[in-house]
Amino acid sequence: MDDIAKPEQLLEKLAVDLRQLLEERQIEDPLMVGIHTGGVWIASALHAKLGLPRPLATLDISFYRDDFSRIGMNPKVKPSSLPPQVEDKHIILVDDVLQTGRTIRAAMNEIFDYGRPASISLVCLVDRSGRELPIQADLVGQHLQLGPEQHIKLSGPEPLAFVVT
Amino acid sequence: MANKPSRQTDPLIGQDSWNIQLDSNGRLKHFLTIEGLGSQIVTEILDTAESFANVNEQRMKKVPLLRGKTIVNLFFEASTRTRTTFELAAKRLSADILNINISTSATSKGESLLDTLQNLQAMLCDMFIVRHCDSGAAHFIAGNVAPHVSVINAGDGRHAHPTQAMLDMFTIRRNKGHDFGRLRVAIVGDILHSRVARSQIHALNTLNTGDVRVIAPKTLLPTDIEDMGVTVFNDLQTGIRDADVVIMLRLQKERMQGALLPSEHEYYSLYGLTEERLSAAKADAIVMHPGPINRGVEIESRVADGDRSVILDQVTYGISVRMAVMSMVLGRQPEPNESGAN
Repeated sequence: MDDIAKPEQLLEKLAVDLRQLLEERQIEDPLMVGIHTGGVWIASALHAKLGLPRPLATLDISFYRDDFSRIGMNPKVKPSSLPPQVEDKHIILVDDVLQTGRTIRAAMNEIFDYGRPASISLVCLVDRSGRELPIQADLVGQHLQLGPEQHIKLSGPEPLAFVVT
Repeated sequence: MANKPSRQTDPLIGQDSWNIQLDSNGRLKHFLTIEGLGSQIVTEILDTAESFANVNEQRMKKVPLLRGKTIVNLFFEASTRTRTTFELAAKRLSADILNINISTSATSKGESLLDTLQNLQAMLCDMFIVRHCDSGAAHFIAGNVAPHVSVINAGDGRHAHPTQAMLDMFTIRRNKGHDFGRLRVAIVGDILHSRVARSQIHALNTLNTGDVRVIAPKTLLPTDIEDMGVTVFNDLQTGIRDADVVIMLRLQKERMQGALLPSEHEYYSLYGLTEERLSAAKADAIVMHPGPINRGVEIESRVADGDRSVILDQVTYGISVRMAVMSMVLGRQPEPNESGAN
């Protein structure tokens, strides 16, 4: 099994890479969107490190999941707080662990229900293999090879730590 | 107060009828009555409603949860408010909704209830929301639908109106917090004819409310009221003392047969909630009413429009609560016998 770096180290790396990405793509006024729950912790840290002027937005994708009719309702869905205007914004979508890609699919569906962004760039702390949809991140803290029986989760918000089972 | 089911008030329903509400995994499949559900499911409905309250506060009030599902409002009894909020709830969940006003349709031509139902089922629906003037109608329908179809009771005779009671509990929880044990709740009015009151009493007891009081003249109380786990008062002034929540019921003129009251005027003078009478309740007590209100009959305008009234909030919360019930009922792992539309 790979050695997994500490979340703080990955965050530092992502902050540097994200600054560079925003410069390369000439994005001046990004809208950062964190996906509940782990993605919001990561996004908060990145938002602070980069000192982004636009307030951080958050998404709970529970209502957009594709497995609702199998696993039923999550009774405690957190409120999504997208700003009234996503039209023409450059969105930086942030999540903790990228695996099947279904969470990101759901997040994009939810964003598009609010309007038409100019672009969406995906930032993930960790990319483990296991994609079931054609979805890739623009920036990744660390790529991991985990077995199909293994699971990785981010615990937090303080301190942030990976839990591998 | 312990959760005391009142079998005596349901001669038409039978002792274990509420069991058909749950599937073999203990998940809600039909929503017919609060009796027999237990505090865990009741609390889950309230928590789920909180999630939907957030959706309803957004600019974009729609989620794709029930997309592709067909829901039928089957109202054998007139209603605008309840039917409209169910319709709104279904639409915000992206479901398709049909409104069938049965009083103008086939049953007035003599078609039996079962035949009507079978015809509707041939249209391949996923859920029926039923309001009927006969107690037990929703249970009867739930026992006769195809395995994958769910039924929600929107009010059956004098028996139950569970979604109303749930939105009332939601309103109380939003205003008074999660600990019902420290609350004194007074329900005032025509308890005898009120399916709302019965459901509210079951819900309050399920949530272990500290003190559940009913206040009414003897002629408007069911004979077995003592077995329902409530304290009975015939005098408004005494009963309302130190109440945290006051729930006023509408005087149901259309249900009254025979002279149960001398006059509306007399009722108002003894049981009408005026600003003055309300002062006997706690200073931060809230005033509720399932609606529609009869100004000057059970409640003074000043109170209905006053700052302790949460009557309009109840209407708003009704949408979130109904969204919660509908999504819980339709969002279950289907069981082996529920193979689908056919």
